[in-house]
Amino acid sequence: MNETATTKTILEVTDLKTWFPIKRGILARTIGYVRAVDGVSLSVKRGETLGLVGESGCGKTTLGKTLLRLEKAQDGDILYDGRDIFALSQSELRGLRRRIQIIFQDPMSSLNPRMNVLDIVTEGLVEFRMIKGSVEENAIRLLNEVGLDKDAIYRYPHEFSGGQRQRINIARAISLRPDFVVCDEPVSALDVSVQAQVINLLIELRDKYNLSYLFISHDLSVVSHIANRVAVMYLGKIVEYGSTDDIINKPMHPYTKALISAVPVPGTDKIKKIVLKGVIPSPSAPPPGCRFHTRCRNVMEICREKEPEMTRSGSRQVWCHLY
Amino acid sequence: MMSTQLLKINNLTVAFRTDEGVFNAVDDVSFHINRGEIVGLVGESGCGKTVTALSILRLIPSPPGIIEKGEISFNDRDLLKFDATQIRKIRGKAISMIFQEPSTALSPLQRIGRQMVEALQLHEKLSKKEAWNIAENWLEKVRIPDVGERMFAYPHQLSGGMQQRIMIAMALMLEPELIIADEPTTALDVTIQAQVFELIREMRQEQTSILLITHDMGVIWEMCDRVLVMYASRIAEEGTKTSIFSEPAHPYTRGLLKSIPKLKGTKERLKAIPGQVPSPLQYPSGCHFRDRCPHEFERCAKEAPQLINLSDGHKVACFIANKLIEA
Repeated sequence: MNETATTKTILEVTDLKTWFPIKRGILARTIGYVRAVDGVSLSVKRGETLGLVGESGCGKTTLGKTLLRLEKAQDGDILYDGRDIFALSQSELRGLRRRIQIIFQDPMSSLNPRMNVLDIVTEGLVEFRMIKGSVEENAIRLLNEVGLDKDAIYRYPHEFSGGQRQRINIARAISLRPDFVVCDEPVSALDVSVQAQVINLLIELRDKYNLSYLFISHDLSVVSHIANRVAVMYLGKIVEYGSTDDIINKPMHPYTKALISAVPVPGTDKIKKIVLKGVIPSPSAPPPGCRFHTRCRNVMEICREKEPEMTRSGSRQVWCHLY
Repeated sequence: MMSTQLLKINNLTVAFRTDEGVFNAVDDVSFHINRGEIVGLVGESGCGKTVTALSILRLIPSPPGIIEKGEISFNDRDLLKFDATQIRKIRGKAISMIFQEPSTALSPLQRIGRQMVEALQLHEKLSKKEAWNIAENWLEKVRIPDVGERMFAYPHQLSGGMQQRIMIAMALMLEPELIIADEPTTALDVTIQAQVFELIREMRQEQTSILLITHDMGVIWEMCDRVLVMYASRIAEEGTKTSIFSEPAHPYTRGLLKSIPKLKGTKERLKAIPGQVPSPLQYPSGCHFRDRCPHEFERCAKEAPQLINLSDGHKVACFIANKLIEA
């Protein structure tokens, strides 16, 4: 198949499982597992942004971390640019770390308070011996890319606001010219008036460097703005997967519909809300059959017994017995 | 004859004395809440909305906080002149509060039932059995499953959403006239947030007023009748929900509404407000928003704009708001 550079698949995840053992007793025996990611498949093309949405306990953050091998997968495959990331040698893994980066939710906890901005943003470049010219020049160039003044280089993280710290994180993340950036709730902890600035910056950098993003967020409005495709997760599994337009405007899965309905949209008249009953079950004891069945308005007998299989509808995938 | 104005705050100024200096967290704030109204107080971190709310119930730690001046009139009586005993009688009964983190209101060391009974008996002459029944009744109303068992549970054994419902039940069970809700759904998932909104709407009595504090304009849209927009210790704009959303007058409000990504909006570049919220120790002179305002002119640095009436109930603190609306 002839794929051009811009439409090449850069990340292919197949049936990924990341489970956390639950240990009890003096001997710390494993009595069960928190199935944080329980059989997830997805793919991202070069230059594409895949939004990953879901609520507490759905596994989206664990999935993001597993891609960087910050969490250990139980099962499944992750192919990055065609290479199996679990089969890499130590030196090959080092090379991978240069190409996939991550930005976290809390801007402060990702920054070493004892390092100044110069050191923070050039640390990777120094490590990978990618410095050309002086270290200061490199740092200033990176700060310019993210809209920070060169005065910042000798200052320390605590001297900056949340939005500025996040910019420092972004500068560091792009310093090694990665192809892929996992953004885990990158704007959720920021003030509303600053969120837009950082979202614009992420989009600008994406377009400039043809970056791929896995954009993890609980905020559907933000995701709908930045993502090309969206995967909706619930309790460790993807329940629906498709283009942003399809997911937001023509959702198929009852959970997706409820999620969209729950987003307050200022300016619109009161649309009939879908209010789900019950609470999100614990990921250590997911309901049998379809995991969503305990809260689903359209629940049928089969939902309680059998896990739904994937149904295709155009470029969309949905896991629900209704279809 | 009771006035329709349940709460009236006049020229409230709350200062904080810290090692780094003294600053006003709340600066000359005035507004009112009518009976039966839900009023939203919206603003970003550090704008003073929580300090305003906590001042009403004298919950500001003092030191370092000091209510420098102002009047907080509740049912025509100035709460700032109440002594500690009088305030305690009001807290939880006439005015109750819901916090962002249920752990602030629920003791981790006591079972739910006991906490609710204690709160009830503190304010009403009830036997333990009577109070227990009322508590159970309320848990059923807020749709807690297996109420009988839950009364014996500790807060940590319940999910965040359930803890929040219990806090709402506790806030409502004494039939307050005013509920102050500080970011009641921020810590909750959006589908749980929808449940909590529905609950608050169903549960409040006809004449119960709510002061809803949030940073989320979506929440304001869902729940509020009237809105107060705060920025850097002052009220920037006040109006009905409709007027704030369809005809925002203050450059901050306008900027904020334009910068929020919309669920079904276009993918055009978001119109962000440049700069960031200033630290209270470094507020600019005159108008606190001026460094970030596209319309700044000389007067803005010299004078702090006062709230002026634009139309019925729609007020704005900006020297050129009138011109912005006409444009």
